[in-house]
Amino acid sequence: MISLAPPASLTQHVTQLDAGSHVIAAAWPGGVPALALADGAVMLGLPGLQRRIDIHGGAGLLVAASTPGRLVTGGGDGRVCSLGATGEPAEIHRDPKGSWIDAVATSPTGSVAWSIGKRVTACDDKGRLKTIELSSTAQGLAWFPKGYRIAIAHYNGASLWFPNTQTPPEFLEWKGAHLDVSISADGRFVVTSMQELALHGWRLPAKPTEKVAHMRMSGYPAKSRSFSWSHDGMWLATSGADAVIIWPFQGDGPMGKAPRECGVRRARVSQVAFHPGAYVIAAGYDDGCIMLLRMTDASELVARHATRGSAITALGWDKTGKHLLFGCEDGAAGLLALPT
Amino acid sequence: MSDKIPVTVLTGYLGAGKTTLLNRILSEPHGKRYAVIVNEFGEIGIDNDLVVGADEEVFEMNNGCICCTVRGDLIRIIDGLMKRKGKFDAIIVETTGLADPAPVAQTFFMDQDVGDRARLDAVVTVADAKWLTERLKDAPEAKNQIAFADVIILNKTDLVTPAELDAVEATIRAINPAAKLHRTTRCALPIADVLDRNAFDLDRILDIEPDFLEEGHHHHHAEDIRSMSFEIRGDVDPDKFMPWIQDLTQLKGGDILRCKGILAFRNEPKRFVFQGVHMILDGDLQRDWRKDETRVSRAVFIGRNLDREEIRKGFFATAA
Repeated sequence: MISLAPPASLTQHVTQLDAGSHVIAAAWPGGVPALALADGAVMLGLPGLQRRIDIHGGAGLLVAASTPGRLVTGGGDGRVCSLGATGEPAEIHRDPKGSWIDAVATSPTGSVAWSIGKRVTACDDKGRLKTIELSSTAQGLAWFPKGYRIAIAHYNGASLWFPNTQTPPEFLEWKGAHLDVSISADGRFVVTSMQELALHGWRLPAKPTEKVAHMRMSGYPAKSRSFSWSHDGMWLATSGADAVIIWPFQGDGPMGKAPRECGVRRARVSQVAFHPGAYVIAAGYDDGCIMLLRMTDASELVARHATRGSAITALGWDKTGKHLLFGCEDGAAGLLALPT
Repeated sequence: MSDKIPVTVLTGYLGAGKTTLLNRILSEPHGKRYAVIVNEFGEIGIDNDLVVGADEEVFEMNNGCICCTVRGDLIRIIDGLMKRKGKFDAIIVETTGLADPAPVAQTFFMDQDVGDRARLDAVVTVADAKWLTERLKDAPEAKNQIAFADVIILNKTDLVTPAELDAVEATIRAINPAAKLHRTTRCALPIADVLDRNAFDLDRILDIEPDFLEEGHHHHHAEDIRSMSFEIRGDVDPDKFMPWIQDLTQLKGGDILRCKGILAFRNEPKRFVFQGVHMILDGDLQRDWRKDETRVSRAVFIGRNLDREEIRKGFFATAA
């Protein structure tokens, strides 16, 4: 457990970075800080040693996901690329028409998936491609932990697909437009965010005799576009309200249970990131503030003061949980090193 | 609202000349940069990093009523474009010839993320002077596009006689008397007539022309979509008008495509303006009535299967 005793502010432990463009994602491929930027580049390296690596050019970088070793990006040029700590980009895929890559996901085992409109492509760690066509646009993708199965969020539900089998995907129906999707670490829960300002969850049957159970998590004043699971998989922190909304996933999941709320402010939570080893949540707000929130005693530390026009758009802890990388809509960014 | 990116929606039935207009806008030396959302790649004659393909995916939000539909692909694309602010000044959305403009327009009012960052500037409809009359008979989409428009470009006027042209314009006016109409060949018209119209901005809703209000003027066409306009020579009572217009748009919202009005509220020195798309209603007090203006209250409704007498009675009952 990290110590969150006073000082009440961590702002003096932040190194400011200038990314120069809307930050899409903050990640640590191979332990090196990396900011994926909307202008098509990735800024890679420790403060003072950073390089800008142009990946998608003028067409822009739209989506990103990371594994411990690589940052995978999708662009407006129809390309999916990967970047490791050395900074040598590799092209995984190029769409002949140059269509936008709408979503990208990575598994801990190194599998990658991306979508263009209704078409989803999976690429395993040996580079073999499998493609499926859905009846509506794939809005969000997430791999199950073992890297064999993908959840796809789309209009009126989600589909669970095994790319290496001929079996048609399993359809989880729920009326409405599903946007992002996330899977619990034990693979039992599939959670989507919805255009209708709610989350929807499915508990998958543990045995063939059980049925799929639904979880409706509503009441958000805005779309919830950022999810983060606690290190032990027991809690799911979500954005979209004026506090971090944390749903309990112990036992049977959050059905009939109230969520916890942390970090209530007069601003909307835009990004959440659970610490990799403690019940501490980094919360970014649309007014530019970042708070570290400890669930166990509701203590709060400021990591960045509110900054006009600088909403937090990306947060990423390193593997050790000692560093937090963040990025903002106006291209501001920073690296917080927790005092030891 | 000034830093919101303006969005122009180009509609028009197949072959009317949308792509001609789009290419004309993009190739003129206006110094502006446009992000363009198209339904078909490859027809645009301009190299542009910010040409995005759309798939016209309509999301039904609640119970499947037309008033609660939005364009899911537009929400996603505008979200992506807004991360690259500074790269473009405005967005143009080209729809397919079969598209219904309502979900496109409603996206800007129903999706908060889109509405916070972009504003609908105008719906511009390109109509084929030679074929429009035929299409209005067999294609409900063509009729919706005319009814919904803020600007109508009556194109290919060189393919019809002056009498035919007058007839097709009269047909358009029966459906939509409030739009600005331009007669063109090959969509040749000043870009300023198409872009930066502020058609949905309450401050810019122009006076509703008294011409539209001439009773009996547009009755010779039996269209299922038609317009109706009413004038009360004097004030209305806001305590009567507000519940009435809200009830009307809630109950008949599926049939009312567009509505607009400029009203004199009792004891209120400012003009009240409102505009609506299906069930979505927006209204506010605007500038003062000028001394040389007569305080009158006018409203226009464009829609399908509307009972003119019922709406007339309802409106007149709100008179102060």
